[in-house]
Amino acid sequence: MIEANGLRKTFNKGKVVAVDDFSFSARDGQITGLLGPNGAGKTTTLRMLYTLLKPDAGCMRVDGIDPEVEPLKVRRLLGVVPDSRGLYDRLTARENIRYYARLHGIGRKETEKRINEFSQVLDMDEFIDRRCDGFSQGQRVKVAIARALIHDPRTILLDEPTNGLDVMTTRSLRGFLRDLKSQGRCVVLSTHIMQEVAALCDRIVIIAHGRVAAEGTADELLARSGESNLEDAFVKLIGSDEGLLA
Amino acid sequence: MIGVFIKELLDNFRDRRVILNTLVFTPIFGPVIFVVLMAFMTQQATERMEAPLELPVVGAEHAPNLIGFLERQGVIITGPPEDPERAIRTEEEEIILRIGPDYGQAWNEGRPAPVELIVDQSLRYTGATVSRVRGYLNGYSGEISQLRLMMRGVHPELTRPIQIKVTDLSTPESRGGMILAFLPYFILITVFMGSMHMATDTTAGERERKSLEPLLINPLPRWQVMAGKLAATTAFALMTLALGLIAFVIAMGYMPVEDMDMALNLDLGVAAWAFVLVAPAALLAAALLTILASFAKSYREAQSYMSMVVLIPMIPSLWMLIDPARTETWMTLVPLLNQNVLILELVRGEPVNLAWVGLCLASTSLAALVLAFIAGTLYNRPKLIFTSG
Repeated sequence: MIEANGLRKTFNKGKVVAVDDFSFSARDGQITGLLGPNGAGKTTTLRMLYTLLKPDAGCMRVDGIDPEVEPLKVRRLLGVVPDSRGLYDRLTARENIRYYARLHGIGRKETEKRINEFSQVLDMDEFIDRRCDGFSQGQRVKVAIARALIHDPRTILLDEPTNGLDVMTTRSLRGFLRDLKSQGRCVVLSTHIMQEVAALCDRIVIIAHGRVAAEGTADELLARSGESNLEDAFVKLIGSDEGLLA
Repeated sequence: MIGVFIKELLDNFRDRRVILNTLVFTPIFGPVIFVVLMAFMTQQATERMEAPLELPVVGAEHAPNLIGFLERQGVIITGPPEDPERAIRTEEEEIILRIGPDYGQAWNEGRPAPVELIVDQSLRYTGATVSRVRGYLNGYSGEISQLRLMMRGVHPELTRPIQIKVTDLSTPESRGGMILAFLPYFILITVFMGSMHMATDTTAGERERKSLEPLLINPLPRWQVMAGKLAATTAFALMTLALGLIAFVIAMGYMPVEDMDMALNLDLGVAAWAFVLVAPAALLAAALLTILASFAKSYREAQSYMSMVVLIPMIPSLWMLIDPARTETWMTLVPLLNQNVLILELVRGEPVNLAWVGLCLASTSLAALVLAFIAGTLYNRPKLIFTSG
């Protein structure tokens, strides 16, 4: 469960406003999509939630805990797959996951058990003991997800999870995210691909220029914009087609 | 923190290039250069002192007695080259003796008879030859002046109002230490070279791979992440140092120390002391390089900083070479300089001054901890976390 209220973040001493008066919430058992063109402030928002950036103003709660006050506690609650997957190429997939398990203080036996589970669910058996050097994008995302979820977090943040994935991998990833949702977890993903939110998300938050342009289910957004498809609705709601080509 | 430590070690041990560079080439590099250099120098020195001296003489016919004296001393007189000055400039000859036509006249009139030594004193390798020729000429001069005085009934001792006697108290160990002035540098450099790669890989490398952001989302304080990385880097530096010292001890066995009439006191015991002395410098180097590399955006940028830092341990060595002062207490308070002077004391075979060792360890550790503390705060700056923005 995530609640954010009036978030504001500027860079370069206030000259660049990345996020301004940004409020949204994400509930457990739902997939919430942050939809917006590149540079709209999606990643900045997520970074504030996972404690790498401090907001200039506003407040956040993750399961009732303030990331600014108790960053370590929040990091324990969150499973984060950032935009940059950042695997260690010289380590095997298993060692990559094991490293994070260790940083979370998970015991060795428990770690191996969970890695084997993830390997099954995410179909990683074939490459789990190979070095990450030379992995495909799809394989990398799978390892990054397993690594981020090794401590069984209740809330999961994914930044552009399907970036660079082929159709089949995207499909299976969506299936996996739905599984997470049905387990009652709170899943938040950011994307600039409308089909993705349409196919996956229970609630959509459209971001443009660091602000919330619209919020609701896909049907609500269509109704509000008066358009018949989501793409047109999106363009209408953010007020321009800027960033859509990217 | 231990998790970070183990992972960084594992990660870097997988990189064969790093292992080869850091744990094989770096430790060997110093001793090999050192031994080759020393062997070359001593060989040259002994060759020069023992080989028969060939001396080209211009105008030998003007001073047959002098030439006869030189020949009796074992000097081989050769014919002069056509252009003596050019022969010296082109380094064909090291030294040429020129006797002018007015030699005989000056001699007969009792004035100092001029002889000329044509040399290039900027060529240091000619020094031994030049001083040998000077020695012979002075010998001849002395012999003649004594004869002249005796002919006039004057006791030759009168011309020697003082007698200089040098009592050389240097032990063979201390003479070895003089030549070994650069040994501390070769030892200190191992901790810098040893931590260089690791410091870059764990910070700038992590940023370049974009793995820093996910790493810092893990629930441990950032200073602990940094501490783990620093510990791994320091461990690497210590390994390189240990291997380097062992390589030095082995290499000393191949040094022509007998030819140099000196004993180099670098056995395992001294190496162990040197390890203890330099150990805090490993953390110092690791922290310093880590701080620098943290500010670099890429691996390449970091490496360009590194190459400059590696010159730092050279400063005290150069200074000691230019101004070889006695060890004083304040020197043991300056990190890197203190390792320098104390290692020199050790290889000279002087007894270990525990107070100095204590000061050295304390001051270096303090500097290292300050740097490590600074490094620990670095990841609190968002600028150092994200590759862009």
